[in-house]
Amino acid sequence: MDCQLDIFFLEAVLNGLLLAGLLALLALGLNLIFGVIDVVWICYAELVMIGMYGIYYAHKGGVPLLLAALFGILLVALAGAVLHQVVIRPVLDSAPINQLLVTGGVLFFLQAAATMAFGVDFRNLGIRFGSITLADMSFSYSRIITFGVALAAMLVLWLFLSRTYVGIAIRAIAQDRQIMPLMGVDQRRIYLITSAIGGGLAGLAAALMVLQYDIYPQIGLQFGPLIFMICVLGGLGSLIGGFVAAFIISEFIAIGGSCFATEWGYAIAFLFFMVVIFIRPQGLFGGRS
Amino acid sequence: MRVSRTALIGLPILIALPLIVHLLFGGSEKYYLHLLIQILIWSFIYTGWSLMGRFGLTSLGHGAFTGIGAYATVLLWNYAGLTPWLGVPVAMVIAVVVALLVGYPCFHMRITGHYFALLTLALTEFIRLCIVGLRDYTGGSLGTQPRRYGDGVSLYAMQFEPDRVLSYYIVLTLWLVGLYIWWRVDRSMDRFALDAASQDEEAAASVGINVTREKLKVTAISAAMCALGGAIYGQYQMYIGPDTIAGLSVSLNIVFACIAGGLWVMLGPTVGAVFTQVLSEVLRVSMQSSVTLQALFGSAVLALDTLIYGLLLILFIIYMPKGILGALLEKREKTSSAPTPPSRAVLR
Amino acid sequence: MLELSDIDAGYGGFQALFGISMSVQPGEVVAVIGSNGAGKTTLLRVISGLLPASSGAMSMEGVSLRQTPPHRIIETGIAHVPEGRRLFPRLSVESNLKIGAFIPAARKKFEERLAFVYELFPRLKERRAQLAGTLSGGEQQMCAIARALMSGPKLVLLDEPSMGLAPVIVAQVFDLVRRIRREGYTVLIVEQNVRQVLKIADRAYLLEVGRIKASEPAAELVASDEIRKAYMGI
Repeated sequence: MDCQLDIFFLEAVLNGLLLAGLLALLALGLNLIFGVIDVVWICYAELVMIGMYGIYYAHKGGVPLLLAALFGILLVALAGAVLHQVVIRPVLDSAPINQLLVTGGVLFFLQAAATMAFGVDFRNLGIRFGSITLADMSFSYSRIITFGVALAAMLVLWLFLSRTYVGIAIRAIAQDRQIMPLMGVDQRRIYLITSAIGGGLAGLAAALMVLQYDIYPQIGLQFGPLIFMICVLGGLGSLIGGFVAAFIISEFIAIGGSCFATEWGYAIAFLFFMVVIFIRPQGLFGGRS
Repeated sequence: MRVSRTALIGLPILIALPLIVHLLFGGSEKYYLHLLIQILIWSFIYTGWSLMGRFGLTSLGHGAFTGIGAYATVLLWNYAGLTPWLGVPVAMVIAVVVALLVGYPCFHMRITGHYFALLTLALTEFIRLCIVGLRDYTGGSLGTQPRRYGDGVSLYAMQFEPDRVLSYYIVLTLWLVGLYIWWRVDRSMDRFALDAASQDEEAAASVGINVTREKLKVTAISAAMCALGGAIYGQYQMYIGPDTIAGLSVSLNIVFACIAGGLWVMLGPTVGAVFTQVLSEVLRVSMQSSVTLQALFGSAVLALDTLIYGLLLILFIIYMPKGILGALLEKREKTSSAPTPPSRAVLR
Repeated sequence: MLELSDIDAGYGGFQALFGISMSVQPGEVVAVIGSNGAGKTTLLRVISGLLPASSGAMSMEGVSLRQTPPHRIIETGIAHVPEGRRLFPRLSVESNLKIGAFIPAARKKFEERLAFVYELFPRLKERRAQLAGTLSGGEQQMCAIARALMSGPKLVLLDEPSMGLAPVIVAQVFDLVRRIRREGYTVLIVEQNVRQVLKIADRAYLLEVGRIKASEPAAELVASDEIRKAYMGI
């Protein structure tokens, strides 16, 4: 096809990098939850969708964008905590696969609830930040903002996890669950906090995504599988792995999409993912066997 | 034996069902037959999935196999003029090859649990994206149709949709074949090997069970069944779309219906199909006719069935992980003293 | 200080402890000895709340332990160094120590106690930024004890501190126990290495298949022929 090493190729590469920031942020929350609670939220992208609607309606209702974003983050953080308390806690001792599937039920539920409440129309805030042009290459400001905020959020989370008592407890619990009571750590509380943080990260991702993407009830299906793939590719539970994997996958998408059609970029990414997992089932940075 | 007694009563009823439907619902018999046909096709697909699922191989990849079955058959017919009598076997072979290509490394590397589910989910996405990407042939996200041949009922083109009674007997046969396969696998040595492997893979391997081979065998059968089911679905519906017969929703629906019905009993997936299909039909019909709901939600009311469906799935997994039939049988067996079905395997 | 009376406990249908009554006085080093599977580890797990007792009473300085949720038992002043050390391998030494000070009362004194354990175990200070999983066996035991001390306990439960360590290191570990005793901590220690542990203990309980068979000053147990034959291989 029309794939050559020219300025447009470079543009695709750089846009891939910008996309990687957002995907890494999305993977981060899911990874954190998996690492700590050992549960995969199949409905993670649907939480993002809820956040996007929350922000959309808050902003349309007259709330300034930044406040609306904050509202979205808190809304999804609350949703994460509720999800954990109501759906995950009763199945914590069940087979892992039942835990995964129960969140699949939540996926259907949230999608349908959004359809009923908000309709099937595509909505967007209609905010245009414009774009920057560099030597024939153009990058939209919203992508650059997204990348910057995602990076900053990851830095803040990293500081939290490495400096604070609760943060260290969150990392510790992923390494040895049984002895946490000996440290005076209430596992249930840490799970709840982690779920809220995971939700908050989804909320933040939602706040960034409303700048770029249309909102519709099925948007989760667009991103969900991609996020799982990134988490598994990086090694479930590995935060750094998730970041590297996000970068690799988004480059596949960006370059594949610019050379062929969008679907092929995604398809190649999924194929690459499967091949890597066959060679290294624990993912690129996974420590588990 | 319980199964045969059920069969002795059940089978004649099933065979006579078109007549019963005709007598009871003369005017709308087409609709009821359509519902029955849907249930039977999906039952067959679910039964195929449960062959793997019951051994802890929770695949989210079967939406890929149904998709391959439907699309390969239709594309071969539309573009190569190949009769589905050859096209369906080719589609099944493709599905089996894909299943083995993904299954072998999975089983060899002992990928299980979350990883297996997410990896097979990637397969589903990959196939769906390929279908959409090949839009010049597949119609992309809008889907496509098998080219009509003659007046619509044709042996050569395997098109039978206008004749509902014929369609019913075709899919009834299909479903019985599915149950027979399930029964054969259940009675085979492989089943014990797989049961052992799903509980403790190391131990199973140490007593000389070739775990990888056993898993591949059952995966191949399961993928072939789903491909066949997908193909028949396409031939009956005379329409295939990437989201109706392939993709994540299909995969999730398969898994959920099996769990709702009960994984570890032969008729569990069928009960799951009856439950989910009837549920969504009842919800759909009652919503379409309810003026209040329509006024409240407008056309979005159509999502209400999915909403309730999702809610029920959550409740099922939390409170009834053995499924409807599994729970019923368990209750009955507690009072009588028949041997319990092997049910701990996946639950662990 | 610690009082147990008539404690029963077990796993599922299997009862591991039968009517255990024992006590630990402030300043003592008390050993629990017995063969493999006698219930020694279970006993410590019951005291620190990892395993709920099925009947009986337990108290620490008058506070009933059976009424306290597991994660709050540490607040009564009991720190448990579990069998196999159980450090968080992918956290740094200092993060391991920090999580030892997770309870609110300990957080306030974190800096002070950190300085104290670094003084007690200078090796840990050298390796503060290293991942705990990369420490040697002896260093890991140091780190595990130090982590327990970070909560500011009065009573330290030590479960098989010499397990899996080379003989030279075992001697070091018992030196560690002596050192923390000298710092005024009360110690309840479970050990297979009977000969060594009786040298540092004031008193010892002999546990056999979940029951206390003897409870005597350590010196007398050392002298007892039965003990020497059964547990010290003499």
